[in-house]
Amino acid sequence: MLKYILKRIVMMVPVIIGISFLIFAIMNLTPGDPARLMLGESASNEDVEALREEMGLNDNFFVRYFNYLKGAVQGDFGVSYRSKVPVFNELFSRFPSTLKLAFGATVIMVVIGIPVGVISAVKQYSIIDNISLFSAFLLTSMPAFWLGLMLILIFALHLGWFPATGVDGFINFVLPCITLAAAMLASLIRMTRSSMLEVIRQDYIRTAKAKGAGERRLIMKHSLRNALLPVITIIGMNFASMLGGTMIIESVFAMPGLGTMTITAVRMKDTPLVIASVVFVAIAISLMNLLVDILYTYIDPRLRTQYSKR
Amino acid sequence: MTDNTVLNNSKAVRKSKVKKRSQLKSIWFRYKKNKLAMLGLVLLIILTLVSICAPLLANYNEDAIRQDMKNRLQFPNKDHIFGTDQYGRDLFARIIFGARVSLSISLITIAVSLSIGIIIGSVAGFYGGKIDDVLMRIMDVFLAIPQMLMAISIVAALGPGTGNLIAAMSISNVPRFARIVRSSILTIKDQEFVEAAKACGTRDGRIIAKHIVPNAIGPIIVQATLNIAETIISISGLSFLGLGIKAPTPEWGSMLSEGKEQMRYYPYLVIIPGMAIVFAVMALNLMGDGLRDALDPRLKN
Amino acid sequence: MADKLLEIKDLNVIYETDESTVYAVNGLNLSINEGETLGLVGETGAGKTTTALSIMKLLPEKIGLIKKGEIILDDINVTNATEHDMRLLRGDTVSMIFQDPMTSLNPTLTVGEQIAEVLELHKKDMNKEQVQKRVEEILELVGLPAERKSEYPHQFSGGMKQRVVIAIALACEPKLLLADEPTTALDVTIQAQVLEMMKELKDKLNTAMLLITHDLGVVAETCDRVAIMYAGEIIELGTVEDIFNGNKHHPYTDGLFGSLPDLTKKTRRLSPIEGLMPDPTDLPSGCPFHTRCNKCMDICKTEKPKITVDNSHMIKCHLFK
Repeated sequence: MLKYILKRIVMMVPVIIGISFLIFAIMNLTPGDPARLMLGESASNEDVEALREEMGLNDNFFVRYFNYLKGAVQGDFGVSYRSKVPVFNELFSRFPSTLKLAFGATVIMVVIGIPVGVISAVKQYSIIDNISLFSAFLLTSMPAFWLGLMLILIFALHLGWFPATGVDGFINFVLPCITLAAAMLASLIRMTRSSMLEVIRQDYIRTAKAKGAGERRLIMKHSLRNALLPVITIIGMNFASMLGGTMIIESVFAMPGLGTMTITAVRMKDTPLVIASVVFVAIAISLMNLLVDILYTYIDPRLRTQYSKR
Repeated sequence: MTDNTVLNNSKAVRKSKVKKRSQLKSIWFRYKKNKLAMLGLVLLIILTLVSICAPLLANYNEDAIRQDMKNRLQFPNKDHIFGTDQYGRDLFARIIFGARVSLSISLITIAVSLSIGIIIGSVAGFYGGKIDDVLMRIMDVFLAIPQMLMAISIVAALGPGTGNLIAAMSISNVPRFARIVRSSILTIKDQEFVEAAKACGTRDGRIIAKHIVPNAIGPIIVQATLNIAETIISISGLSFLGLGIKAPTPEWGSMLSEGKEQMRYYPYLVIIPGMAIVFAVMALNLMGDGLRDALDPRLKN
Repeated sequence: MADKLLEIKDLNVIYETDESTVYAVNGLNLSINEGETLGLVGETGAGKTTTALSIMKLLPEKIGLIKKGEIILDDINVTNATEHDMRLLRGDTVSMIFQDPMTSLNPTLTVGEQIAEVLELHKKDMNKEQVQKRVEEILELVGLPAERKSEYPHQFSGGMKQRVVIAIALACEPKLLLADEPTTALDVTIQAQVLEMMKELKDKLNTAMLLITHDLGVVAETCDRVAIMYAGEIIELGTVEDIFNGNKHHPYTDGLFGSLPDLTKKTRRLSPIEGLMPDPTDLPSGCPFHTRCNKCMDICKTEKPKITVDNSHMIKCHLFK
């Protein structure tokens, strides 16, 4: 098992190097000059040139990338061009609010999504099923920024129940979390439903029925555990993509998180910061997938024996 | 050609046509029974008609672009059924011309990314081995970056504008299509009819075009339909952030972004463009989903 | 004569889908006495499994429907019993063994848990230790070591899984066991073992059994009486003696035997029955077998044959009047 985890982590390395190269290249294509952006329009050409030299911007592209990589391996991800703060510190000062946002949204998503999906499957083609399927469609079709604006309009501006912006307290996270959860909820409901439907059709459910098991027992003991396997993947994937997909929601609710930081960094050509945040999100996603796979083995005994043999 | 061979050929053709038609027919039969999918189709037809007929319903320059400060911020009334924005432009005109913008850009995006995706995916799937490894690792790199982030970075690098927007959206869509195509090919590649074609000495390109792509078309169409929906959301999202279509071109996302400032007292400025997005995206989602069920009857019952 | 445990009268079952209606069972009459084994023989699609599922009332929801007739099981009318009553019956009075042991067990529960479940459901007076003891007992009974109860289904071979399925079915000592081709999915060598074991257990527990199969050899070895089923009807029914050694047979039964290799006779070829089972969505008029029958008469095409009874032997064919 440990060997497997290590292998997976090693396999992440080339992808991460690839990502950093890709972002480095994209940022390099950008017409603007980071040195000029840092010093402002009024700075003299000599000053800009001196700063370019100091930042190593005059070197060949591959030399610069190689230098960056060399630093990164030693744990030095560079300094934000704009704030002069080490990228790492910048990242971790922003990360908590994004993590809270993603976590809160995941909780909402799971608490609503799984029961609704299960009920929808058990009562297939009933009114409840149709309503939940239709709402799922409606939710996927709603852009997060619009839903966010609508929630602000109703609950912040008109009813005044929740603040429209900020990250100071729990209450600030309610509307953003709902918005973020809504987008992901639909996929969870549908996945749970179809997975349940698949399991309900299995022979072993018929065996359980033939034993005289009631509907409740059939669902709780026999179906749910088997049906949850693919559902957990979706939850993990959704959580991971939430970490990287908060840009729009954070800017709607004016939250200083990873997403808003990345957008600003992209606009300001703050290459080290952009690379760091993209790589960070990519690592988070890969680790999440790994975690899901490990979790799998605890739910599915078939996999458990398979791994212990490795 | 002798009469006999003509006869034989036409017979073979007729037979294959009958089979194909009946398959299409049964797909249509299954699709038709799905009420939500039919709703999606109807919505999409309405949307398409509106965007094609937009010039008949309103004047682009007069209603959608020209500022008319005397008539600004009018609530929906009988002259302006959706009201006017803060520059006095007719919201209805901007919405229907916005439909044109969203639909055409997302269609082009999907067409571009689909063609590239099919090429990469089929090469990877068909040849396998090292080529497959290299191509798929590259796709993994692209996939590991969240789509929105990728698009934002590319737009930031290339600068805003319609062409760059299409490029950014296409690049971030390619890996998904490549993956689907590759996996369909892997399942089809070893089936007997492909081996038979190989045994007959058919060229690789022809095998891919004639045998593999038609068999992989189902999941590709479904994914494409759903991706158009997603692309519409992404485009409006980018425009909302100020990274997409430039003003004054009517685009739903930038309309939302402009209206947001006045949202408190003129809520229709954000409600209406948002509804337009939901309408279009939902039409495509319902259709894509209906198609998936119709193409793969195993999922039903 | 012993008491009737199960009586099925004029059973009609249909499967209704959007596209078509399948007439799976058409006017079936059948009875099983206590402790008796009845073999139900027929081709795939003859309606054997449907009959068994109707007894359990486990027809696919919303699609399968008992149109007409009644099923009396242990003095309870199954056809109009509530789902709650049926739940009490299933696993306790009547159990079923399904065709494919590979998919009949829940992959995420240990076999012990799965056997214990049926006891928990029906033997409410048993405490945990008693249940565990009984689980071990029944595992030994089906020839598996008791300590394997904490293992998962994927750790067992096909034959062993079927033993587990049988253990589940027999845990509450039901009065009737419905065995739907219990050995078809197993290796030939294991088939004999499992069958032998079932026979022993059945005698030990005095369980009646409806054995569904298309293997006439299995029938000859295990059954008291045999029913031959075709297109949803019983077309011939009798003791094993009547069917295997009698000289009057329905042409279909003759055909079934004709398609078996017989080592005692010198024939150069087997003589299979020509053609296929009629389409169950569109059954022919008259005798359902007339389209394939080599003794078909004019009357067969228009009129349904009546039952001819000769002691324990019953045939549904125009040839015998």
